[in-house]
Amino acid sequence: MDFMALEPSLYTVKAVLILDNDGNRLLSKYYDTELYPSIKEQKNFEKSVFNKSHKADNEIAFLEGLTIVYKSSVDLFFYVVGSAQENELMLMMVLNCLFDTLSQILRKNVEKRYLLDNLDGVYLVVDEIIDGGIILESDPQQVIQKVNYRVLQSAKEQIKWSILK
Amino acid sequence: MIKKFDKKDEESGSGSNPFQHLEKSAVLQEARIFNETPINPRRCLHILTKIIYLLNQGEHFGTTEATEAFFAMTRLFQSNDQTLRRMCYLTIKEMANISEDVIIVTSSLTKDMTGKEDVYRGPAIRALCRITDTTMLQAIERYMKQAIVDKVPSVSSSALVSSLHMVRMSYDVVKRWVNEAQEAASSDNIMVQYHALGLLYHLRKNDRLAVSKMLNKFTKSGLKSPFAYCMLIRIASRLLEETEGGHDSPLFDFIESCLRNKHEMVVYEAASAIVHMPNCTARELAPAVSVLQLFCSSPKAALRYAAVRTLNKVAMKHPSAVTACNLDLENLITDSNRSIATLAITTLLKTGSESSVDRLMKQISSFVSEISDEFKVVVVQAISALCQKYPRKHSVMMNFLSNMLRDDGGFEYKRAIVDCIISIIEENPESKETGLAHLCEFIEDCEHTVLATKILHLLGREGPRTPSPSKYIRFIFNRVVLESEAVRAAAVSALAKFGAQNDDLLPSVLVLMQRCMMDSDDEVRDRATFYMNVLQQKQKALNAAYIFNGLSVSVPGLEKSLHQYTLEPSEKPFDMKTVPLATTTVSEQKTELAPVASSKLPEKLAPSRQDIYQEQLAAIPEFQGLGPLFKSSEPVQLTEAETEYVVRCIKHTFASHMVFQFDCTNTLNDQLLQKVVVQMEPSEAYEIVQYVPAASLPYSQPGSCYSLVRLPEDDPTAVSCTFSCTMKYLVRDCDPNTGEPDDDGYDDEYVLEDLEVTVADHIQKVLKPNFAAAWEEVGDEFEKEETFALASVRTLEEAVNNIVSFLGMQPCERSDKVPENKNSHILFLAGKALRLFVWASCNIVICVMP
Repeated sequence: MDFMALEPSLYTVKAVLILDNDGNRLLSKYYDTELYPSIKEQKNFEKSVFNKSHKADNEIAFLEGLTIVYKSSVDLFFYVVGSAQENELMLMMVLNCLFDTLSQILRKNVEKRYLLDNLDGVYLVVDEIIDGGIILESDPQQVIQKVNYRVLQSAKEQIKWSILK
Repeated sequence: MIKKFDKKDEESGSGSNPFQHLEKSAVLQEARIFNETPINPRRCLHILTKIIYLLNQGEHFGTTEATEAFFAMTRLFQSNDQTLRRMCYLTIKEMANISEDVIIVTSSLTKDMTGKEDVYRGPAIRALCRITDTTMLQAIERYMKQAIVDKVPSVSSSALVSSLHMVRMSYDVVKRWVNEAQEAASSDNIMVQYHALGLLYHLRKNDRLAVSKMLNKFTKSGLKSPFAYCMLIRIASRLLEETEGGHDSPLFDFIESCLRNKHEMVVYEAASAIVHMPNCTARELAPAVSVLQLFCSSPKAALRYAAVRTLNKVAMKHPSAVTACNLDLENLITDSNRSIATLAITTLLKTGSESSVDRLMKQISSFVSEISDEFKVVVVQAISALCQKYPRKHSVMMNFLSNMLRDDGGFEYKRAIVDCIISIIEENPESKETGLAHLCEFIEDCEHTVLATKILHLLGREGPRTPSPSKYIRFIFNRVVLESEAVRAAAVSALAKFGAQNDDLLPSVLVLMQRCMMDSDDEVRDRATFYMNVLQQKQKALNAAYIFNGLSVSVPGLEKSLHQYTLEPSEKPFDMKTVPLATTTVSEQKTELAPVASSKLPEKLAPSRQDIYQEQLAAIPEFQGLGPLFKSSEPVQLTEAETEYVVRCIKHTFASHMVFQFDCTNTLNDQLLQKVVVQMEPSEAYEIVQYVPAASLPYSQPGSCYSLVRLPEDDPTAVSCTFSCTMKYLVRDCDPNTGEPDDDGYDDEYVLEDLEVTVADHIQKVLKPNFAAAWEEVGDEFEKEETFALASVRTLEEAVNNIVSFLGMQPCERSDKVPENKNSHILFLAGKALRLFVWASCNIVICVMP
């Protein structure tokens, strides 16, 4: 039993995952390179995490020696993963920041199709919240300002742009 | 086929993924449009997104195609579209490891980093630092320092965070920026404070004084950032732990004051830190525990979970401190989050008092049916610990455990329960009959062969000694009739034990055994026939050897000897005595398992230490004809710690020889030792046959040399001997930096401590489950009685330990546990000395001298 506190460090987040409601990976960033180095291990982990979380919307779980906080919306599942001794509230802040930012950017339609249509924005948001495992920003308003992303409005507008090559 | 941009398909099923069928080659082909002018930001953005998506899904990009795509992407810097530029930065970071020559973007990134568009500067810094190496870092050092103290928070944060990433690569360069980091720490922005603090700590963490000063400054100046506070709390607790500071230090006061911070995150961090500190008094823990207690009733699941998990840890060390929270914990048993509920239960099990055991058991029984198997095992283990704490409550807990056994559950769960019941039976003789009865009931309907056989073996061992053994026979015989082959075979063995131990049951057992001889499986028939014949002889010696006490040799050793035997055809029958004995396995200590989800149990039987030594020694040509290895001792240190040469000795006993293995380490980096032997002078009639030297001992690489010694044949009582040992070698001085030795050397020697060979070295521990039967088997002819006075020993326990270690024999029937408040105790010991088995029954009595 590890009684020693964690080495004080800014590296608090081990991974961020966004899965769809079949457990497939839409976006995942693993910041701890030793955690699951190969794709196969990552996919196995995502499967376990999904199995554990998609039935009961319980917010927080413990799996494979890691603390996982999660949130779901319509057909998406968002996960933030930290070590077992990490401050759970810190991980929740990251999760909430991610979710609230995406919520605003996607105009409250936090669902798969819309997310994938604006996947570039999602990548930028994640990049602004966590950098290499360090929490960069925790306030959704700040993130939105920095990303400064304009969501694609409608199908018609997208067609218009693709014609205008 | 390039994927369709299915915007029109918004109605067609929410499950479709526009990126699902992307093909890497197609996407890379598309990336060629990056070279066209004018640049179409939307299309290029989309292609970049696709590339990053593919990378994220694990698609492998070869170096050439990655480099091509990367170069094409650099053309996009010509566009001023913000999102496109940001995506370029992202792509640079994603492809930094798979593309070549990524440093070509350095100048573009440096331009953006120092440019006027604030929105580019932060991300550009982070991208730049991702591709920088040590030489380049010095070139951009100036910009980095400016960025750290920049007024725009995102620029400062990006620079600080990137600096921290680069510390591993270039500690010396980043260390020069400590003043800038210090300045950044006084920023108003809460994230900049946090990042600056993190970097400063990392740069200074090996200098305890600097860390201490930094802490002092920051704890007084009142930072605003909750993240920074958490970091400060961690640094403070780490410092307290390292300096073993008393809890009256200002560091502790600071942490304690954080319990009143307005951010929950900080409050929790402080409570958690206090609770983890070693040597905390109850008074110091109290405010932390009350904060956690409040969290238990929070509407936020994360808070409840955090609180319960921390209380669970407190309960391990200070159960009394947690008792105040028992009511809140009981409320959490019904929490919808099962992790929280399980943690609550296991905490209560640790803190429960004897009087609350009944109530707890009732609560758990309603709860257990709803949780997953993983958690059920955790709960059972906590119950097991509780059983050990309150042995008087065994009947309540036994009832409860048997109820759990009847419910549904997986193998791991049932096994945990069976193990728990067995440990109660072993620890508590009063509970034996009830426990065995419950287990009998269980095997009536048990689908797990492993568990059924385990229980049958237990019944065979313990059942005959109960007051009315016949009631177990019915259960056992039913198994013979109804179950699978493995279970039937185990049942037959168990029956035989009843027959062997209870003469009045013997006729009935023989009848049953006769029926078993008609079984369809050959293993069952073989066992039945064998036991039948043994039992019919009605001889205690045979019963003991073949029924009670099983195989005492090491299984891998047996396998090897048999294999050897089959390779060399021989007239003589196989001799079991040539097989080395099994080394008794040390019983594992019960480790606390807090919710650890997957415990991977080792499946294969690892070779024992002795088997490993046997292999090593067999590889040395000089030791070929010695026969099987009888015993290897624990390593004995022949030098003190911190000496120039560190030597330890392992004594290997064979049939008529001993091999002394000397593991030597040379700790002098300016010497190379060669032809190392350890010369031994015996005090008794031992004969040194041969030395096998260690060829060469360079600095800090351990090597082994051996001495072969013949045991005195004529005098079997001359077992103990003292050897004075001297290490002799050829030493060549060598250059400490390169390790190159001089051409010539000189002989030298180094005196070691004396080596003792004692009685224990000639005796191998043998575990006999049924000592009484084995004792009877030997008969009176070889019995010898002696009385010894143990002058220097004060307590029974000390006496037991000394005797066991001196004789080197194995305590049987748990007789090494001395009950309290007794003046005398009987210790059963068993061992094997080469060709002879030795039993000792020691009656130890405390005499009060007048």
